Amino acid sequence: MSEEREGGAGQVKRFMIVNRKAPYGTIYALESLEVVLIGAAFDQDVSLVFLDDGVYQLKKGQRTQGIGQKNFSSTYRALADYDVEKLYVERESLEARGLTVDDLLVPVEVLGSAELGALMERQDVVLAF
Amino acid sequence: MKFGILVNEGPYQHQASDSAYQFAVAALAKGHGIYRVFFYNDGVNNANKLTEPPQDDRNVTRQWSALAAAHDIDLVVCVAAALRRGIKNELLAPGFHISGLGQLIQAGIEADRLVVFGD
Amino acid sequence: MAVLHTTNKSPLQTRDLESCLRLSRPGCGVLLIEDAVYGALAAGTTAATLTEAARQRRIYVLGPDLAARGFTAEQLIPGVEVVDYGGFVDLAVEYHHVQAWI
Repeated sequence: MSEEREGGAGQVKRFMIVNRKAPYGTIYALESLEVVLIGAAFDQDVSLVFLDDGVYQLKKGQRTQGIGQKNFSSTYRALADYDVEKLYVERESLEARGLTVDDLLVPVEVLGSAELGALMERQDVVLAF
Repeated sequence: MKFGILVNEGPYQHQASDSAYQFAVAALAKGHGIYRVFFYNDGVNNANKLTEPPQDDRNVTRQWSALAAAHDIDLVVCVAAALRRGIKNELLAPGFHISGLGQLIQAGIEADRLVVFGD
Repeated sequence: MAVLHTTNKSPLQTRDLESCLRLSRPGCGVLLIEDAVYGALAAGTTAATLTEAARQRRIYVLGPDLAARGFTAEQLIPGVEVVDYGGFVDLAVEYHHVQAWI
């Protein structure tokens, strides 16, 4: 359930943005990131989840010169400046891809499917791209 | 109940916009309200008034326009996604208007449910 | 706080349904729309997975999508509920929020 903010300035809802697609092959990762930045500007409780191929969005060392696309991976590092600090990665998705947190370019909280599923249930709005 | 709807794909290539439209029609028939339909990603192409499907096919853009006119629904096309794809004001079908991504977040805040259609 | 999950792709083609079932919790609803309806056919290889999932979840299939693809409710695994778009709307109201596995 949503709750009223103290002072009644407006509603704060729990928004979760679920990223399940790899970057560059399609535009979803980039346009999802743009939603995150706007969501934060609205003072909502925004969290990001990376699962399935979405975990590849956070892979260190992306170099895009050769494909003619903008490398937007540094934006994930700037999220903290926008007070977006809740980044969750599903353990099973990481393991299935042979990745560890050391491969990721930002600090994240790694959760198992069950915990992440429970967290998803506590949201008000879940956006998927 | 007030619904917000997010459409992430353009017309014809994917069923997403058709599904979203059928959902909206059903919600209205049940007496619910549609707070806003937000078009993002390739979904902005739904607003293109120049789309001209064959006579025996549905006109997805015109369906949205008609629904908006009949029920006073806010059809918002994301400005950044639209400009990227050449969708400008002069191309918009009736009922659609271009605005910022904040309108999507606003829909999430104001609507009781936000339902996402994509691929 | 139960969630209505929607999935729209054939589980014979993509792994969206698998992820949806891995992360969805007991008591939730899973609505198969568009190409996802193929996943609930009793004759298909995903029938067992979905039958197992249905023990702790409500599984729904969007009837108009099923009919459009040439199948009927009788061809689905037992325990699946077929709904129309109005039923989809009712489910969206009934559950706390809707999560799309696109």
